[in-house]
Amino acid sequence: MMIYAKLFWEFFKTGLFAMGGGMATLPFLYDISDRTGWFTHQQLADMIAVSESTPGPIGINMATYSGYLTAGYSGAVTSTLGLITPSIIVILVVATFLNAFKDNKYVNAAFYGLRPASTAMITAAGLVVARVTFFADGVHWKAVVLAVILLLLTNTLKATKKLHPVVWIVISAVAGVAFSF
Amino acid sequence: MKILFDLFITFAKMGAITFGGGYAMLPILQREVVEGKHWATDEELADYYAIGQCTPGIIAVNVATFIGRKYAGIAGGIIATFGVVFPSLVIISLLAGVIETFSALEWVKHAFAGIRVCVCVLIFNAVVKLFAKAVTDKKTLCLYVLILAGAAGLNISPAVFVVVAGIAGIILKGITKS
Repeated sequence: MMIYAKLFWEFFKTGLFAMGGGMATLPFLYDISDRTGWFTHQQLADMIAVSESTPGPIGINMATYSGYLTAGYSGAVTSTLGLITPSIIVILVVATFLNAFKDNKYVNAAFYGLRPASTAMITAAGLVVARVTFFADGVHWKAVVLAVILLLLTNTLKATKKLHPVVWIVISAVAGVAFSF
Repeated sequence: MKILFDLFITFAKMGAITFGGGYAMLPILQREVVEGKHWATDEELADYYAIGQCTPGIIAVNVATFIGRKYAGIAGGIIATFGVVFPSLVIISLLAGVIETFSALEWVKHAFAGIRVCVCVLIFNAVVKLFAKAVTDKKTLCLYVLILAGAAGLNISPAVFVVVAGIAGIILKGITKS
């Protein structure tokens, strides 16, 4: 029973403090992983891939996955409920004062600071994934080559830029098997 | 009761066909909720997204709560949210079990090692997009660098950074005005 209460609380906090979409929950998931050991950094990286390639909001998918790894099916339900509870409460309150909130100068000013902070924390989480991926034991050259190719395909070529992430995930999985990463 | 059921089904359907984050859901919401059900207008949807971004939590969930509440009160807000997360719960729970069972296989390990490279690139691309919108001047650049250093180097809860950055935003904006 304790584990469910803890799980709910950890994801409640994540839902309360993660601002700006699913990826913003990532730094919180790393923090949970470090403190509780419920799942590893490597599992987190795999979780991102699965969450990007399946239907549903990424943040919800990642929470469900983390909950499952921690405490099975009931864990999956618990973490997801934890994540959405703060949203429901906050939005129900905000909806009542919709216009006042939208034009509030303090809210806008706070977001002037929150946006770069959120970006910085996602960058830091990305660096953790990068460390596991490229420098697990020595430099992993095959991974570096694949990363360069993917960067070019997703950013420069017009024909491939707009393709859905799931395409790149599948190609990377095939490359991983073919060249035994 | 019928209204709540309709809300649940409609939002579950949208959760099941959206890949990616809250933004990927916008065109689907426009089709289903604005044009199909007339539960909200395009302008309201734009407002909900704007506020969904600057309130805690997942944007898709925030928008679902908004629309559900507007159409059917507090119960509507809760039911719409349950609807939007329901497909994720089912699909991910099933998939996670399968993946954990097969994760010991050698070729599955190789596949995920390849996928992790892709994840790095996807995060990098997401950060580049966010950076362009978030870091607009020297002050926000300073905040970005400081918080990146803090998040990468110190063992502090991200919640602390969020609170500090919110306060910093208010102070920095205040200085600009006076």
